[in-house]
Amino acid sequence: MEQNEKMTLVVLSGDLDKVMASYIIATGAAAAGMDVVMFFTFWGLKAIQRGNLTGKSLFGRMLGAMNRGGLNAIGPSRLNMGGMGRWMFKLMMKQKGVTQLPELQQAAIDLGVKLMPCQMSMDVMEIDCDDLIAEAMEPVGVATMLEHARESKIQFFI
Amino acid sequence: MSEAKLFLDFKGLLCPMPVVKLAQAIKQIQIGEMLEAVATDPGVMADIPAWTRTTGNELVTLEKREDKTIRFVVKRAK
Repeated sequence: MEQNEKMTLVVLSGDLDKVMASYIIATGAAAAGMDVVMFFTFWGLKAIQRGNLTGKSLFGRMLGAMNRGGLNAIGPSRLNMGGMGRWMFKLMMKQKGVTQLPELQQAAIDLGVKLMPCQMSMDVMEIDCDDLIAEAMEPVGVATMLEHARESKIQFFI
Repeated sequence: MSEAKLFLDFKGLLCPMPVVKLAQAIKQIQIGEMLEAVATDPGVMADIPAWTRTTGNELVTLEKREDKTIRFVVKRAK
């Protein structure tokens, strides 16, 4: 059987704009018949978190509170201005009929995009598997990501 | 007259949804059958041909009409 072409995205950023670009590229590639893996590391984990408070230790819980995950909590990389920018961008995108992040993520899931969380980032930031959306895969390390990236026709680092 | 099996309304949809919905819809028709869609995003003019080239499906027609809507017909080839 003919193998589909592959694409790997490393999503390091947890900003609204960059996460949005990641999901748009991923859904576009999946719609064109590619096997897509998104590897979420460090801030990028926010894009596959449920949005609950995370952390166990004092620092972990502080991080969880100040760095809330989930698609509704993340703001743009510039001009966020304490959440005002997020509100403004979301409103402007809605007015123009741009597909919102949760719907984009669902489209990616429906098209079979694999959402791989980075185990080491989860350990450092005290994020559990239960803090991630159900569609996220089991956490993996760099070797698993590289195995896919090596076979990929396109690789992105966002 | 069009012999499309499936008619889709992509009006108001912006990138990447036209190709996402197209990829999902093409699975609902058989190889050799056609689907017809109407869209409003000007990006569709470039993106639909790119999508058919990369997926190996056939773009039968793609036209911008007087009311600024874009109509296209895609034949499932694989």
